[in-house]
Amino acid sequence: MKDSIIRVIKFIGLGFLEPLIRLINKEEPKKNIKEVFRKIVAPIASVFIFVGLWQLGSTALYNIEADYKIEATLKSQGEAEAQKVKECMESGDPSCQPNTLPSPAQVYASYLTLLKDHKTIAADKKAFKEKTFELNKKRVKQGKSIITYTGRPSFVDQIKTSLKTVFAGFLLALFIAVPIGIVIGLSSTLRGSINWVIQILKPVSPVVWLLLVFMIVKTLTKNSEGDSAFIISFISVGLCSMWATLVNTAMGVASVNTDYINVAKILRLRPMQKIFKVILPASLPLIFTGLRITLSVAWMVLIAIELLAQSPGLGSFVWEEFQNGAMDSNSKIIVAMFIIGMIGFALDRIMLFIQNLISFEKETI
Amino acid sequence: MAILELKNIYKTYNPAKEDKGEILDNINLTIEEGEFVAIVGFSGSGKTTLVNLINGLLKPTEGKVIFKGNTVEDTSHERGVIFQNYSLLPWLTVYQNIDMAIQEAFPKASKKEKDVRVKEYIEMVGLTHATNKRPKELSGGMRQRVSVARALAMDPEMIIMDEPLGALDALTRGNLQDEILKIWERNKRTALLITNDVDEALYMADRIIPLKPGPKATLGPEFKVNIERPRNKTALNDDPEYKKTRNQIIEYLMNLGDAQAAESTATYELPEIQPKDFRWDAN
Repeated sequence: MKDSIIRVIKFIGLGFLEPLIRLINKEEPKKNIKEVFRKIVAPIASVFIFVGLWQLGSTALYNIEADYKIEATLKSQGEAEAQKVKECMESGDPSCQPNTLPSPAQVYASYLTLLKDHKTIAADKKAFKEKTFELNKKRVKQGKSIITYTGRPSFVDQIKTSLKTVFAGFLLALFIAVPIGIVIGLSSTLRGSINWVIQILKPVSPVVWLLLVFMIVKTLTKNSEGDSAFIISFISVGLCSMWATLVNTAMGVASVNTDYINVAKILRLRPMQKIFKVILPASLPLIFTGLRITLSVAWMVLIAIELLAQSPGLGSFVWEEFQNGAMDSNSKIIVAMFIIGMIGFALDRIMLFIQNLISFEKETI
Repeated sequence: MAILELKNIYKTYNPAKEDKGEILDNINLTIEEGEFVAIVGFSGSGKTTLVNLINGLLKPTEGKVIFKGNTVEDTSHERGVIFQNYSLLPWLTVYQNIDMAIQEAFPKASKKEKDVRVKEYIEMVGLTHATNKRPKELSGGMRQRVSVARALAMDPEMIIMDEPLGALDALTRGNLQDEILKIWERNKRTALLITNDVDEALYMADRIIPLKPGPKATLGPEFKVNIERPRNKTALNDDPEYKKTRNQIIEYLMNLGDAQAAESTATYELPEIQPKDFRWDAN
């Protein structure tokens, strides 16, 4: 029972809980208490230290900003006005708070606001759907397009859109980079002749990719009513992130263990058999490492691309908050930052999990 | 009839530079059908290169490898190879590893025939209980058995073994020697064993040929093993013929080693040091 639980948590990447489970089962208490401290207590403590430092930092920044504001009012409008501003700040009125790094508490409050906002919008959507249900049925019968909800998307909706974009971009990268990687990995001539393209295009910034894709897609979608912002952003994400997979696949295919190649030769495997039964399985670990890098790069550039392409998602959420400059905008941006980080972490874990599922032991001796 | 002939083989990995990378030189060997020949040599003497020339993975720089009257240009199903490091594909099970060889060797056979054949060879090496295991779940000896089954399943006319038991412990080694001999005796295929173990060669082969160490390795004089089969390992130790041949081969190999050591022409400048006398002066 205990061992199978440990195996499961290790498999899903929660291996740090192992000593705690062992401790609960009264196994080697001395050693496991130490382990619990090292793997669970210490990391949690570091989170508290981080939040503490953040609190100190934001207070310091707040004071600088506040002093400056009072001073400025004193100079331009006189003592009475300055006193007013000071009182206003101390009263906690959000309208006259200085604009700086928000404190952890403010960020948490914004997080709750965003959740509440999501609930309101979700309810709104649902009501709208119910209201238009009958009407839409009629419209479908008449051959007209249905009425859809066009209200403001909530924070959660933005996350969903971003995930959709990154997933589409990742699939695009997968379907372009893996086949090309295999082909150029197999032929050293092709590898040599294409290498310059890869080396030159690999370091190109996401912004330039976006502009390039924009030039092409804009022309191609001139007459259609499709969601061109989504198309532009997912293609850009795919193009930016596919290089890691391309290079890794080519390298994996080109550097298959000579023992396996010799086996293929001795057994006289036909070319296709050789590729699918020997070369591809042997290079799978490297291909997967490439895909993992691709996914994390895709998530990283996605935010920048959404921000520039004006396509909905977390990137445009951050940009809109920054532009609109409401009193809780800063803390909403920080909330988005944490969410982006956590989703990136989760995506990487999922890839690692899949990689572990399909990996084999490379050592045959 | 000679099944395999090596004629004046010369192999270098570096044809441009005259004396670097020369592995084998002046190799002449004839193996008769049904014969069990062992080539014994020090590690690094070019044994694996010789094997790869015979199985077709490499081509000689000069000279010819002739198999059944035809020059060897490529690998062939007629020559099965058992590698030292097993070379099993780790992502395939025992069944799939052997099945892959059979699919290629007998493309016209029906699915059922192939299946029967795979199972037959798995049974032959005694691994029926491990049919669906992957190589990493098997011990070294079991992996080499799979490799033996894979080589034999293609029904080759000659089996080439490149230090097949080199990485195994002494007990497993002995067992597998017996098994390989049993399989060999059952259908009398031609066999070529490359090894660095004189006792193994004496126990298994009809004829033993030492490979002089490289660069420019060449074959030494052959030693016939006139001991009747089936051979018995324990009785072998007291067999006068065995002792005689063993001593001859070992002496030959030792002389080779000495000769190589004596060939060194480097001179070393020694420091001028005199031992100091630390005894108490009697006076």
